Amino acid sequence: MTTSTNAIEALANREYQYGFVTEVEADTLPRGLNEDVIRMISAKKNEPSFMLEWRLKAYRYWAKMEQSEGEPKWANVTYPPIDYQNIIYYSAPKSKPKLNSLDEVDPEVLRTFEKLGIPLEEQKLLTGVAVDAVFDSVSVATTFKEKLAELGIIFCAFSEAVHNHPDLVQKYLGSVVPYTDNFFAALNAAVFSDGSFCYIPKGVRCPMELSTYFRINAADTGQFERTLIIADEGSTVSYLEGCTAPMRDTNQLHAAVVELIAHDDATIKYSTIQNWYPGDKEGKGGIYNFVTKRGKCLGRNSHISWTQVETGSAITWKYPSCLLQGDNSVGEFYSVALTNNYQQADTGTKMIHIGKNTRSTIVAKGISAGHGQNTYRGMVKILKGATGARNYTQCDSLLLGDKCGAHTFPYIEVKNATARMEHEASTTKIGEDQIFYCNQRGISKEDAVNLIVNGFCKKVFRELPMEFAVEAQKLLSVSLEGSVG
Amino acid sequence: MLEITNLHVKAGGREILKGVDLRVKAGEVHSIMGPNGSGKSTLAQVLAGRETYEVTAGKVTYQGRSLLEMAPEERACEGLFMAFQYPVEIPGVGNTYFLKAALNAIRKARGLEELDAMDFLTLAKEKMTRLEVDDRLLTRSVNEGFSGGEKKRNEIFQMAVLEPTLAILDETDSGLDIDALRIVAAGVNSLRSPERAILVVTHYQRLLNYIVPDFVHVLVDGRIVKSGGKELALELEARGYAWVEAEARAAAPATA
Ligand SMILES: Nc1ncnc2c1ncn2[C@@H]1O[C@H](COP(=O)(O)OP(=O)(O)OP(=O)(O)O)[C@@H](O)[C@H]1O
Ligand SMILES: [Mg+2]
Repeated sequence: MTTSTNAIEALANREYQYGFVTEVEADTLPRGLNEDVIRMISAKKNEPSFMLEWRLKAYRYWAKMEQSEGEPKWANVTYPPIDYQNIIYYSAPKSKPKLNSLDEVDPEVLRTFEKLGIPLEEQKLLTGVAVDAVFDSVSVATTFKEKLAELGIIFCAFSEAVHNHPDLVQKYLGSVVPYTDNFFAALNAAVFSDGSFCYIPKGVRCPMELSTYFRINAADTGQFERTLIIADEGSTVSYLEGCTAPMRDTNQLHAAVVELIAHDDATIKYSTIQNWYPGDKEGKGGIYNFVTKRGKCLGRNSHISWTQVETGSAITWKYPSCLLQGDNSVGEFYSVALTNNYQQADTGTKMIHIGKNTRSTIVAKGISAGHGQNTYRGMVKILKGATGARNYTQCDSLLLGDKCGAHTFPYIEVKNATARMEHEASTTKIGEDQIFYCNQRGISKEDAVNLIVNGFCKKVFRELPMEFAVEAQKLLSVSLEGSVG
Repeated sequence: MLEITNLHVKAGGREILKGVDLRVKAGEVHSIMGPNGSGKSTLAQVLAGRETYEVTAGKVTYQGRSLLEMAPEERACEGLFMAFQYPVEIPGVGNTYFLKAALNAIRKARGLEELDAMDFLTLAKEKMTRLEVDDRLLTRSVNEGFSGGEKKRNEIFQMAVLEPTLAILDETDSGLDIDALRIVAAGVNSLRSPERAILVVTHYQRLLNYIVPDFVHVLVDGRIVKSGGKELALELEARGYAWVEAEARAAAPATA
C-alpha cells in the first residue's frame, strides 16, 4: 500500500467535527403531537391569535394527511417509518434570551456557536455578515440588528417578527408555501418554533450578508424552523444559512420551510451550506432533511437565485424553487449535492414560468461516493401566458467508485410554443487517469480528488458569496474524506 | 541516476515489458524508439508510477532509491516528470491553479516555502514567454479543449515550471507543427544540465536533430534490442525497424 492511501485512510477515520453536544438546561415539551402541543408551542411564544389559528388549521390538515396518504412516497430515498408521536416538538435553552443582549444568553450556548466558528459578539464576527443564531427551537441572538435598522431593514427571529411586525407576517406567511403544499410543509406550519425573518424596504441594498446559523442540540427533537424574506421594490439582499448537529445514533427530523418574496426589480440571493450530521460510515444516525423552499418572483424584473451546497444529512429531500410570476423575472438554481457512505439525496428545483419573458437557469452538480445515492429531480413548467420564456438546465453527475449511484429525473412541461429550452446532462466517473495525471505532477491522491471535484463544482461555487466559497470547498473535501483509496 | 534492471511488466493479463535494462547517468539524454505497441509508453508510465501496470519482476533505482516502492506523487516530488503522450483533461480546474498546486506540493515536499500567487505568476509568465505559450491557455481548464499541439506544449510548459531532475517525454513531438517543435526542443535543451537527465520517447529522428541524444535505444516487443549513439536514429529513419527486429530474433536464444 502506498503512503498516500494510508494518509487517506487516516483521514477517513476523522470524525464529523461538529458532532459535539452542549450541556444546557432546556425547556422541553413532552414527546408527541396533538392540538394541545400546538397550543403549548403557541402559548410559549405568546403568539397573537392569528398564528394559533393558522397552526391549528395546518395541524388538522397534516393529521388528516397522516391518516391517509402519509408522507410523500415519490422521492428516490428509503428510510424506516417515522414515528411522529415519538418526536419532541419543542426544546429551548432555559435561560430566556432577551434578544437585544448577549448577556442574557446561556454562556454554554454562546460557547457552542464560538466552537462552530460563529462567534456572536459583533466585534468578533466576519465584518459584513449579520447572523441570526438558532439553537434547537429558538433564535438565541441576532447581530448587527441596530445597524441594519438604520436602513429600515428588519432582520430578526421569526418569533420576534410575529410580535413586532404582525402585519408583515400575516400578509406573507404561507403566501408562497401554503400549509397545504405538502406533508412536511403542513407539519412545519403546525409546529415551527422559530427561524429568521427579514424585510428589505424599497430601494435599499442590504449592505451586509445576512445569515442564519441553525444548530440542533437536544436529542430526539425535531427542528422545524421557518424563514421568511421579503425584498420590497428595487431592493437587494444576499442571505446565507448554515447548519450543523451533534452525532447521534438515532435519526432526527428537520423539516424547514423557506419563503422568499421579491417585488418589482428586487433581487434575493439565497445560499445554503447544509452540513447536518450525515450519519456514520455504516449509515447509522444522521438528520432527515425534509425541506420546502420556494421563492416568488412577484414583481416585474425581480430576481431570485438559490445556491446550495448540500453535504450533510442522512437523507435530503429538497427542491428550492421559483415561481416566476412577474414579467421578465429571473430564477436561478445552482446546486452541489454530495452523498458519501450511505447518504441519500433527492434534490433539485422547480421553475414555474408564469409571466412573460421569464428566464431560468438550473445548474445541478451531484457527486456520489461510497454507497451514496444522489438524485436530481427537476421540473420546468412553461405556462400558457409565459410568452418568450427561456430555460437553461445543466445537470451533471460525478461518480467516485462503483457502489454509489446517480439518477436524474428532469420533467418538462411546455404550454407556450415560444419557449426556448436547453438541457445538458452528463454522468462521469472520476478518472483514474485524471488522478494519475495530478499525482505525476506531485499532487497527492486526496488533493487530486479535491481538485477534480472542485473543478466539477466550479460553476456553482462561483455563485456563493466570497467568504463562503472557501468554506464550501473545505467542507466538500472533509465530506469526501475516505472516498478514495 | 536511473537504473532499470530486468524489468518485467504486465497489463491486462499480458506481459508487455519482458526484461528491460537501462542505465541513465546524470547529464545524459537518452532516446527510446521502437514500433507502435512495443512498450515505450508502458515503460514511461511504469517509471512514473501508474498503478494499472503490474511489475512482475525487476528493479528500478532512482537516485539510489528503489523507485518502484515510491508513490507516484513522491516520485514527482523527487524530481521525476513525465510529459504524457495523451495529456489528460481536468474540467473546471484552471491551468495556472493546477500548476501552482503542483509546484507548491513539490516545494513543500522538499521543505521549501510555497510560492504565493504573485511569485508564481511571475515565474509562469517568464516560462511562457520563453516557450511562446499562448496567454489564453493559462486561464483555461487543464487541457480542456486544447488542440493536440497545445496539449503537448502545455506539458513542456509544466516541465519548465517544475524543473525536474529526470524528465521523460513520451512522444511530445507528435502533433507539433515545425515551429512548435523547435520551440519545444529549445525548452527541453534549456533544461539540459550536468545534474539532470532526459529520456525522450519518439518515432521521429527529426526531433533528435534538435534534442541531440547521447544514446538511442530500440525497444521491440518489450525488450531493448539495440542501443547506439545518435547515428542509430538516422539509420532507423532510413531503414525502418525490420532489420533490428530480425537481428534481435537471430540473437535471441531459441527457446520459443
Ligand atoms: N492497460 C493495458 N491493458 C492491456 N494492454 C495494454 C495496456 N496498456 C498497454 N497495453 C498494450 O501494451 C502494448 C504496449 O503499449 P504501449 O502504449 O506501451 O506502446 P508504445 O510503444 O508506447 O506504442 P506507440 O508508439 O503506439 O505509442 C500495446 O499492445 C498495448 O495495447
Ligand atoms: Mg506510446
